[in-house]
Amino acid sequence: MHEEFMMGNQAIAMGAIAAGVNLVAGYPGTPSSEVLETVAKNRPDGCYVEWSVNEKSAMEVAAGAAYTGARALVTMKQVGLNVASDPLMSLEYIGVKGGMVVLVADDPGPISSQTEQDTRTFAMYSKLPCFDPTSVAEAYQMIIDAFDYSEKYNTPVFLRPTTRVCHAYQSISIKDESEYYVNSIEGFVKDSKRWVIFPKLSNLNHRLIEERNDTLSTVFSKYELNTIDNADSSNSRAIAASGICYSYVCDVLEEIEGEKPAVLKVATPFPFPYDLSGDFLVNHSDVLCFEELDPVIERALNYQCGQEGINCNVRGKFTNDSIRSGEYNIDLVRDRIYDYLGIERYETTRADKPELPVRPPVLCAGCPHRASFYAVKQAMKGSKTIYCGDIGCYTLGNAMPLDMVDTCLCMGAGLGIAQGVNHIEPDTKCFAFVGDSTFFASAITGVVNAVYNQADMTLIVLDNSTTAMTGHQPHPGTGRTMMGDVVNKISIEAVLKGIGVETVREVDPLDYELAVKTVKEVADEPGVKAIIFKSPCIAIVKPNEPYNICSGECISCKKCINEIGCPAIYLDNGKVTIDESLCTGCGLCSKLCPVKAIRRAGEGS
Amino acid sequence: MKNIILCGIGGQGTVLASKLIASAAMSKGIPVMSAETIGMAQRGGNVFSNLRMGEGIHSPMIPKGQADIIIGFEPGETVRMVDYLKSGGTIVTNRRAIMPTTATLSGFHYDGDEMIDYLKRLDVNLIVVDGDEALKELGSSKVLNIVLLGAAIRSGVLGLSEEDVIKSMESLVKPQFMELNKKAIYYI
Ligand SMILES: Cc1ncc(C[n+]2csc(CCOP(=O)(O)OP(=O)(O)O)c2C)c(N)n1
Ligand code: SF4
Ligand code: SF4
Repeated sequence: MHEEFMMGNQAIAMGAIAAGVNLVAGYPGTPSSEVLETVAKNRPDGCYVEWSVNEKSAMEVAAGAAYTGARALVTMKQVGLNVASDPLMSLEYIGVKGGMVVLVADDPGPISSQTEQDTRTFAMYSKLPCFDPTSVAEAYQMIIDAFDYSEKYNTPVFLRPTTRVCHAYQSISIKDESEYYVNSIEGFVKDSKRWVIFPKLSNLNHRLIEERNDTLSTVFSKYELNTIDNADSSNSRAIAASGICYSYVCDVLEEIEGEKPAVLKVATPFPFPYDLSGDFLVNHSDVLCFEELDPVIERALNYQCGQEGINCNVRGKFTNDSIRSGEYNIDLVRDRIYDYLGIERYETTRADKPELPVRPPVLCAGCPHRASFYAVKQAMKGSKTIYCGDIGCYTLGNAMPLDMVDTCLCMGAGLGIAQGVNHIEPDTKCFAFVGDSTFFASAITGVVNAVYNQADMTLIVLDNSTTAMTGHQPHPGTGRTMMGDVVNKISIEAVLKGIGVETVREVDPLDYELAVKTVKEVADEPGVKAIIFKSPCIAIVKPNEPYNICSGECISCKKCINEIGCPAIYLDNGKVTIDESLCTGCGLCSKLCPVKAIRRAGEGS
Repeated sequence: MKNIILCGIGGQGTVLASKLIASAAMSKGIPVMSAETIGMAQRGGNVFSNLRMGEGIHSPMIPKGQADIIIGFEPGETVRMVDYLKSGGTIVTNRRAIMPTTATLSGFHYDGDEMIDYLKRLDVNLIVVDGDEALKELGSSKVLNIVLLGAAIRSGVLGLSEEDVIKSMESLVKPQFMELNKKAIYYI
């Protein structure tokens, strides 16, 4: 063992490597992406890593590997699990041979997600065991344990850290290479009674799954990370917690003087460790629960009280003793604990703060998406339109002044929504905007649907040669794999043509006049047509020389600010100015300046 | 125990500054926990790092009223975090305000000097850094984080020396930028 300072996601990756993982597949998504990236960076010999095209593919690839006896890890964010749920819900009935861990990162808040769904609830629904770490150190241990349990019980298991564990850093003890588990792979053994799902097999296995989960509930009551702290406290009021909330509770209890209340930590929310919690409940009059997202622990404890006739008052979200949505924080936990234990709260806020501007995320200075949106906006001026957006950096095209995202739902949905609107409102020009990574992940079937069902719509593919929002991962259009290979790029244009989209035009959105002209021409054609706006994300290429505003010529019309909202342009004491450290020289602002006052150094007027 | 908050706007380099402090503390055998904003907010939204050093810490998040120092990369963002600072704590803040585009468009009144004036009225030890001036003199727009880190070291609150941080730079900063970063750390 040796000490290393690492991020939660890195710890999970290093734990998987120490557990002898043979295959890792995933699709990027905050806060999960660094897990797969870390495995790829530290990839042991004989371990295969891929960014799959989406979570469903990743789940199936991992399942195949686990069928052979390999240890497999699949990674995603919480909404990714929705995409992967079809294979997973069936895999539940088939099971695995090699250990298979499904890493799903939840995002209370949500901070960078569409939903506040709780993978612990999904674990219950899918009847799959679930591990929920409270810290970076625990995440490292848990993934190793998770592989062992998975293999022992022949079932995929969940590891579900939340953002504050994924993105926390801690110095932790990790194994040396000599201590790594080496998995010997038996290989796939044909047995259609085991690997081919049929109603009869599902019926048979369902019974076994319920029995296994009863067993696991008992086994987990003895799992070393399910614990009761201060078990002999004389206080009849106790606390139950999980995930990062447990760490907040520990920090708050460090502050208080005198005897500390007992704390039940639930590391395995499913199957719930009822033997352990039963002992805990009977010894207390009240239990206050701290858990983000769904009231999983609270519900289980309440259920147990009813089932076993235990007289304990379980409090939490159902009783409004805790907030029912949003992220918890240490201050909230402290205030609730102080109230609960009858300790006087102390004031922490400073009065009379000046009002602060909100600072929402925006498209970067020089982002090619800004130019694409602006070109469509200019081209369609005066027409009745709907701009169906999608998920990625380009969702930020919704902000003023662009205001070019009318809808956004989930990855790939913009295409379907545009078609639905088109069938009801044929006089509306329907646009769907989709990023290149999103195109491959979940938009292709939407295009097939549109072509087959004769929709009238324009698809705009925003091809910036990367998966930008989640940290610039490669995808099928980039020709780079996580094994370090350079492979043929899959052409978006060829895919669209293959589906039968007759008009497919590729344009550089920074070529402003051509971009506007192309949109005007294409949008007027009937049926399904597409424009691919191709220009790389500024984060993956070197910036061009910045632009300046010739102050003598600028007439302060502020058109550059009011029309495109590039964050490199600001007002300095009323004077329009370009921040040269931010400007990437995309030139968009220079195209709209009515007096051509925006130029590069050395360029004449 | 020492609690440090770094805050600013996505893209300003708070994460590297936080990593440098963490790595310098660890090489002195001090246990460290930290948390970073990663995700959507990195595109020009407000971001923070929490750093906690010492024994007996369970979570990486700093409670309100318990930070020893705030290192703010933008005055309004510094003000956003003042509730976290303990009474008598230290603030190192950059002077230059950055107006969010949305505020420019909506005509929201935002003035960096008002932020600094407010900070001056607090029960804190305030160190205002003229980042623009420093970057001009250093000839690079990329080292604001290191200039502010240098000022924080000089305040004595971190319990680290310039040399400690320079040592951790060796593994975290590209060799061609070492000279510039060394100059930046001693700037103030
Ligand atoms: C089902 C699902 N998986 C993953 C994510 C996380 N995610 C958000 S945006 C995005 C892809 C963005 O890439 P791209 O479409 O190329 O747009 P860009 O950010 O490059 O503009 C991903 C994977 C998600 N929101 N939903
Ligand atoms: S050229 Fe204009 S629009 Fe492009 S990044 Fe620079 S300031 Fe922004
Ligand atoms: S990271 Fe790339 S795609 Fe995302 S906003 Fe910035 S320039 Fe645009």
